[in-house]
Amino acid sequence: MSDSNHNTITIDGREIPFKAGQTIMDAALDADIYIPHLCHMPGLKPHGSCKLCTVEVNGRSASSCTLPATAGQQITSNSEDLTEVRKTITQMLFIEGNHFCPSCEKTGDCTLQAMAYHLDMLDGHFPQFYPRREIDASHKSIVLDRDRCILCALCVRASREVDNKNVFDIGGRGTDAKLIVNAPSGKLADTNIKVDDLAAHICPVGAIMIKEHGYEVPIGRRTFDLHSVAEPRLEPVALHKGKLTDE
Amino acid sequence: MKPNNGLNTLNSPIVTENKIHMNSNHLLHRLYDLQTQLHHIPKQSITTLADELALPVSQIEAAVDFYSFLHRTPRGRFDIMFSNCTSCGDIKMIQHLCDQMHIASGETRTDGAVSISETSCIGMCDQGPALLINGRTITQLSNRRLDLIAEYIEAERPLEQWPIEWFDVHDNVRKNGLLLSTPFEPGSGLLAAINKGSEAMLANIDQSGLRGRGGAGFGTGMKWKFCREASGDAHYVICNADEGEPGTFKDRILLTSHAHTVFEGMTICGHIIGAKKGYLYLRAEYRYLLPALQAVLTRRHKAKLLGENILEQGFNFDIEIIIGAGAYICGEESALIESMEQKCGIPRVRPPFPVTSGYLNQPTVVNNVETLAAAAQIAVHGSHWFNSLGSDKSAGSKILSISGDCLTPGVYEYAFGVRIQRILDDCGAEDVQAIQVGGPSGTLIRSDEFDRKLGFEDLATGGSFMIYGKDCDLLEVIRNFSHFFAHESCGFCTPCRVGTTLLRNGLDKICHGRGTQYDMDEMRRMATLVKQRSHCGLGQTAPNPILDALDRFPELFNAKLLHSDFEPHFDLDAALEEARQLTKRDDAEAHLS
Repeated sequence: MSDSNHNTITIDGREIPFKAGQTIMDAALDADIYIPHLCHMPGLKPHGSCKLCTVEVNGRSASSCTLPATAGQQITSNSEDLTEVRKTITQMLFIEGNHFCPSCEKTGDCTLQAMAYHLDMLDGHFPQFYPRREIDASHKSIVLDRDRCILCALCVRASREVDNKNVFDIGGRGTDAKLIVNAPSGKLADTNIKVDDLAAHICPVGAIMIKEHGYEVPIGRRTFDLHSVAEPRLEPVALHKGKLTDE
Repeated sequence: MKPNNGLNTLNSPIVTENKIHMNSNHLLHRLYDLQTQLHHIPKQSITTLADELALPVSQIEAAVDFYSFLHRTPRGRFDIMFSNCTSCGDIKMIQHLCDQMHIASGETRTDGAVSISETSCIGMCDQGPALLINGRTITQLSNRRLDLIAEYIEAERPLEQWPIEWFDVHDNVRKNGLLLSTPFEPGSGLLAAINKGSEAMLANIDQSGLRGRGGAGFGTGMKWKFCREASGDAHYVICNADEGEPGTFKDRILLTSHAHTVFEGMTICGHIIGAKKGYLYLRAEYRYLLPALQAVLTRRHKAKLLGENILEQGFNFDIEIIIGAGAYICGEESALIESMEQKCGIPRVRPPFPVTSGYLNQPTVVNNVETLAAAAQIAVHGSHWFNSLGSDKSAGSKILSISGDCLTPGVYEYAFGVRIQRILDDCGAEDVQAIQVGGPSGTLIRSDEFDRKLGFEDLATGGSFMIYGKDCDLLEVIRNFSHFFAHESCGFCTPCRVGTTLLRNGLDKICHGRGTQYDMDEMRRMATLVKQRSHCGLGQTAPNPILDALDRFPELFNAKLLHSDFEPHFDLDAALEEARQLTKRDDAEAHLS
């Protein structure tokens, strides 16, 4: 166990150490190497669904957020091919939902949008799916706009693992998969979610928003207006409960 | 009779199936019972069920929307699910029946008498076209039979009074090989395993060279060894009888006529890996097999081949049956385990693999039906008996499900290494245009490849062998497969969830004569991405038919293409249709083209 620091992996030619039990993503984040990701958040159980963090490990495709680091792995992350793959996956996430950045309160703080900037994505490329999804504005302080949901399940995990509740789940199948709320009515108002729960703040897009706080930071001065998503240690949501206590 | 709104249930008797050797409180079983009674799953009963089973409401809500056989809105008292498989379905017949019943596919008639919808392959490809009615299978459909079905439904004649032979499912074994021709004495394999000791028997299985028969071909001995060595509170054996690959029906025959062998294979595995419990996960399409399987389990209990102190040797092992609810993805072993745990069938992140962390996070062996049957025979006859047949990397025999354009569709067993042409000769297939070996997730081959051999080193297959004759519209077949995968994608990972739908839409566009070279290039690019970057085997194989067809039959696509650089997906003229209807106009000026 203690000698695990002798172990290293190589990402894009750079040899970095890893500790026992770490994934490739963990080791990369510790070494300030950015591997694009949307459904991953350090401290929560890795999910491996968005596939933005796809890398090639000894020539084979793998999700860096779920694959354990093992000594000697040769990993390609920042290649032209993988950047193209990530851009395409980001486009796929845009067109399967209803994302209208200019009119979204989350613009500038949205990781999906920041990812698109980072990958030089200029359009959605594919024909829009235009799904019909339900909005849940039942809760007095939290709104759930499923049009923007990318099914990353960060809220599902934050609620279970940090808030010690079980407010969210993903239901259904295929492109009909959707974020659902754990209440007989299916409405947020009928759950025990609180505005300072991590689940209420962790959404990387504008699907879960705190009401009446949408424009406190002006557009142009928001996180990704000033920073690239690839900057190290730039997590807009910290893994502790927030300070909003207006409930 | 008024349509059942699901609320007034006081007058209807609670119909439940016999749940012996099953956990009657398993979520999927409870939902099945509920739906049998109410013709759908009403929202309020989800809340009641959640309380009763101590499960989160959202877990049940998620499952109801995940499994195709569970419905939110009332289905007809006669609920028909017609296979849309290229082998056991028939689109014209679905339409014929819909016309007879005066409804559209996907609808329930307003009087609540009947509903018709499509479903993925129901495993009757050797005796199709086929459908499920209230969960029971009717095979060998003809328009004449459909007319009678329509007549009986209109007369509300109970299914019990329909001609019994309509529900016959034949084995159609056309060629016996090593496994199918060798008689099996119940208990003989288990006795050999107990006498030999678990270590020696494991070595025996390993030496036989037996590899997983579901298609992936992982070494069975190695899998059992890993599981045996893994530590846990309990170990489990799971028989994967979720035979969902279109064109596959060989497990149906094994479960019908060789159930003892399959159950004995599970028990031997349990003895070797140290499990006390085994599960048979049966696809809902094979629900009709349940009573017979339960009877075999009861007989095995009476013969002391299951239960406490098996064969007086101090070994305890029992088997339970769990029935799915319509989800191809549950054939993937970790999705199957999730489904057993009363959740949506979402494939897990691997590692850890089921052999170390499977059912209830305990070491678990998941094997195909055929693998377990082979293991039981190997226990009796030895490893040499098995590996004296077959090819270098593919020991033993393979049971094939042959369907499509041939004289004698059915089950054929061959030693691995057999040439494709030999198989075609045996089943009477002439003027063959193409074969889908291993089902839609397998390999599409054309006539200049019929010298290729069946086996893990060349053409691997889980058993599906779909033959397409020269008059078949192959592009339509590929389109059918693309719809199948988009429908069955679990939705977990982005590449498969969005990609299979984009591929389906792309093929629809080309088949409707609106595609260009641009769409072809886009389809190849997307197919490659889905294949390389998806989370599990479903996504990694879903693009195979498209990629194979692009390589082998480009002319089929080219014949459909427009000779322009680009044609939008969006059809502007069609989009005006609603406006035309609203304004009651249909003159030339109201059209763009």
